[in-house]
Formats: sequence, C-alpha cells, structure tokens
Amino acid sequence: MGDKSIDQKVDYYTDGSESGLSEEYWVDWFLRAKGNEYFCEVDEDFITDRFNLTGLSTEVSHLQYAAELITDALDLDSFQDPVRQEIDADAKHLYGLIHARYILTPRGLTKMMEKYKLAHFGKCPRVNCYFNPLLPVGLYDVAGQSSVKLYCTKCEDLYIPKSTRHANIDGAYFGTSFPAMILQAFPQLLPTKTNERHVPTIFGFKMHEHAKWARWQDKQRQEMNKRIQQYNKEQQNIQQLKAQPNNSTPSVQSQQSQTKSQSQQSQSRSPSAQPQVEAA
Amino acid sequence: MEDKLLEYNMTDPSSESEEVETWISHYCSSTGHDYFVEVFEDFIEDDFNLTGLMFLVPYYKEALEMILDLEPEDPLKVPSIPMFEHSAELLYGLIHARFLLTKTGLQIMAKKYDEAQFGTCPRYYCDGTRLLPTGRHDLPGYESVRLYCPCCCDVYVPPNSRYLNVDGAFFGTSFVGLFLKMFPEVERNCIPLRKNIYELKLFGFRINEMSYSGPRMKWLRQYPEDPSVLDEEDKLPPPRTDEKDDDGDVKLETDQENRA
Repeated sequence: MGDKSIDQKVDYYTDGSESGLSEEYWVDWFLRAKGNEYFCEVDEDFITDRFNLTGLSTEVSHLQYAAELITDALDLDSFQDPVRQEIDADAKHLYGLIHARYILTPRGLTKMMEKYKLAHFGKCPRVNCYFNPLLPVGLYDVAGQSSVKLYCTKCEDLYIPKSTRHANIDGAYFGTSFPAMILQAFPQLLPTKTNERHVPTIFGFKMHEHAKWARWQDKQRQEMNKRIQQYNKEQQNIQQLKAQPNNSTPSVQSQQSQTKSQSQQSQSRSPSAQPQVEAA
Repeated sequence: MEDKLLEYNMTDPSSESEEVETWISHYCSSTGHDYFVEVFEDFIEDDFNLTGLMFLVPYYKEALEMILDLEPEDPLKVPSIPMFEHSAELLYGLIHARFLLTKTGLQIMAKKYDEAQFGTCPRYYCDGTRLLPTGRHDLPGYESVRLYCPCCCDVYVPPNSRYLNVDGAFFGTSFVGLFLKMFPEVERNCIPLRKNIYELKLFGFRINEMSYSGPRMKWLRQYPEDPSVLDEEDKLPPPRTDEKDDDGDVKLETDQENRA
C-alpha cells in the first residue's frame, strides 16, 4: 500500500512540471490521500519550529530532509531511488509524530473539534449511543506499538475503526492524551450520558444472570452519583462561605478548613481535578 | 463404491443445474441476506408453526406459496408480483425468527457463529469476540437487525449498510438468550475479557471522578472481581433513595450549573 502511494506522489511531481500541479503542497496531498481522513492540517510554523521536533531525530532518520519535504522546501527528484523512498516514508512518519504533538495545542484542538463535530472519525457503533461521534486515540505514545483506536465520549469506551484503511494508522500519530485534552479544553463537547443498557431477554423475561449483573452495575452507578453529589455540596458550601467573609466566626472557619482539607485530599489524588476547583 | 457414486452425483454440476434453485436458497444467498439460515420446508409446511402470522402478513396465502415454490391456484398477475414478493420476504423473516428458536435452528446458527459470519465485536477490549444477530423488537417494522456481543452484553449497529434492510424481528429478541443457554461455553470464554475497562488518561494521569469531564460510565462495563457478589443481588431488595428520577437514580445537579 505504501509503495503505491509513493508512486502516485511521484506522478504528481513529474506531471506537475507541465500541468501546473506542482502548486499542490505536500501536506494537502497527504491529507487528501485515502485513509488519511483522521489527520488535520498542521501549521507550517509549527513544523519549522525546531523546538517542536525535539527528540524526533531518534524516530526519523532523515529528519531534516523529511521536515523540508513536508514544508515543500525540498526537491525530491534530486535524490536517488532508495534514499528518495526513505525520505518519503520518513516524511509521512514525521508528519504523524508532529501531528500527535500539534493536536494538543490550542490551534490543533480547535481544528480537531471541527472534525469531531463533522464526525470525520466515525460514529459509535453502540446502539444506545445513538451515533455519537468518536475521537481518535492511541494506546501508546511510542510509534509501532498499536494502531489507532476510537474513543466514544458517550459510553467512554474504545472501539476499533470500521475500515481497515484506518485500522492500519499508527496510534502514536494521535497520542494517548488527545481525547482527555480536548474534553478538558472544550467541556461543551461532553454529551449527556445515557443510562440505557441492553439486557437480553427470552420471551420477554430478562435473563437472570444478566439482570443480576445489570442490577449490580446500577448500584455502582448510584454510588458514584452519590459521591459526586456529596462533593458538589461541599464545593457549594465553600463557595457560600467565601462569599460572606464578614461573618467568619471561628467555628465557621474551622468548618471551612475542614471541608477544604477534604477537598484537597480528593484533589491530591489526581492533578486533573484542579480545573474544577479553580472554576469553583 | 456406491457411496462414491452418490457423492459424485451430489457434486455433479450438471445435475445441480437441472435442479431449480428454490425461493428460500435464492433469498438467503442474495446480498445482505447472509445472516439468514435456510428454514426447512417441513417447518414451514407445519401449520402450527405459522400460527398468528396470517394477521401480520398481507397476501399471506400467495406469499406462502411463493416461499414453498408451489404453483399458485390462480395464475399471478404480473403487476402484483412485487407486492407478493414483499409479503413473502416478510413472512419468511417471521418464520425464520421462530425457526431459530428450535434446536436445529440454534445448531445451524452455531455453525455460522463459529465461522464468525456475523462479524466481530467493534469494542477493543472484547478482542474480536464473535457477534450474534438480534432484534430489539419482535414485531416487524420497528428497527433493523442489531448485533449482540456475548462479552460486553451490548448491542451494536452492523458495520455494513446493506444490513439496514433486514428487519430485527426476523431474528427476534429471544434467539440470543436461548443461544447462550444452549451453548453456555460462549459466555464462559468471555468472562476473563470482562475485567478490562478503558480509562481515559491525560499525560499518563487518570481523570478524577469529581472532575466535570471525569469518568461517568465506568459502571457500564464493570464486572465484579468476585462474581459471587452478584448472588447478593438476589437477596437484597433493590436500593431505595429519597430523590429519584425516571431511572431510579439519585438526582444529579447538572454539570452546567456546577461550572457556573
């Protein structure tokens, strides 16, 4: 598959000298290629900034040439065939690795949000998710470990891409942090969760084993909701106390410090709770 | 020697071509119908198995004749043939749903299941568990066929749009349950896979449950580490809470209010 696309690309270049197709940028060609629908366009400034390429030289052997090829600063025809193909493959690999970094920046997140809204990454196959759009995610940040997977924001689960074209893309080209990052940056993307669930029935009666499991899961969910509710109440109390500093008698202060220390405890479990505390 | 001759005759292409393809085998082999099994004619000819279908299928008599490749009493008028064809497909689907619940039906489906003819689960942690076709309604016209994964116990939309024409009622709601009861090893093999749940991470850190973008759907894939916990569900009455919404859940203030 790789060889074919290289040939196609070479064709563009050779044809280009006559028909004016040389105007086409490498990035445009790459994004238009079949199977690359998940990628977004990385800004040229981002690629030319050497700082953003830190550490990639171990991954990509012809880093300099590959970066130049991506930004159309390199004439590929001046190279002999084995090297030319290597640079071409390196450029694709490099673009993927830069892409993983780029989509965590504010500009990259905005571009990916647009793609998410248009469901470029496909829709959740789960019936009870009602075709919720998916987000691409890798299982490893190191290339060559596993292919890209899709994360559903509604059921919070991981799915394999439907098409084999997409199933062959390296997961490292999107990174492990991307879905969490985009949901932190744009909380409005979070869909309302659903409690709907399928329990198999025989002649209308729920199967006992499955119904038991479902009841147990419901209990887990109710416990989780209780925990969150309690936390939210604590947060509201803190807010109220903060709003009226004049009335701060010693007893209230001690109460405040108590709740604060509680919230700090829960906060210290993970740094990601920080945004909400700040918002509160 | 005789056996060989017989075998030869059965595979002889010339003898096959003489045999006219039955309506059933034609229907099952056409595109998008590969989930169907061929229902035995004996099953269809038994009136008992067709009880009640007369009220669901228009042109019932003509449709039945068409399925069984019988010569109609009155020759069919050409314009009405598409109508009869449609009825025949509907009737065949409904008979098919009943046939699947018989022992032979389940066995034929098990063979198809072994060959993964219904595809594999799209969920990553189900690790390519084979799917089973199911409907979510027993009456036709509600929803197209869905696929059930015995590992995550969830239903999925078929990946290919050609199955959108197949009604879910043609497989029925009860088939999956009976299949799992008849072949319990299908589910038994899945239990080790059930303990894997995906957790979203940001730079290697899990998201806190109290965060507005924290995990809220963990329960959906949760399976107790010690399955004997499930037996306690039999003994205890369902948990009661003071404030309840439609799902019997504690009312949660929306995240929106919270953030404001």
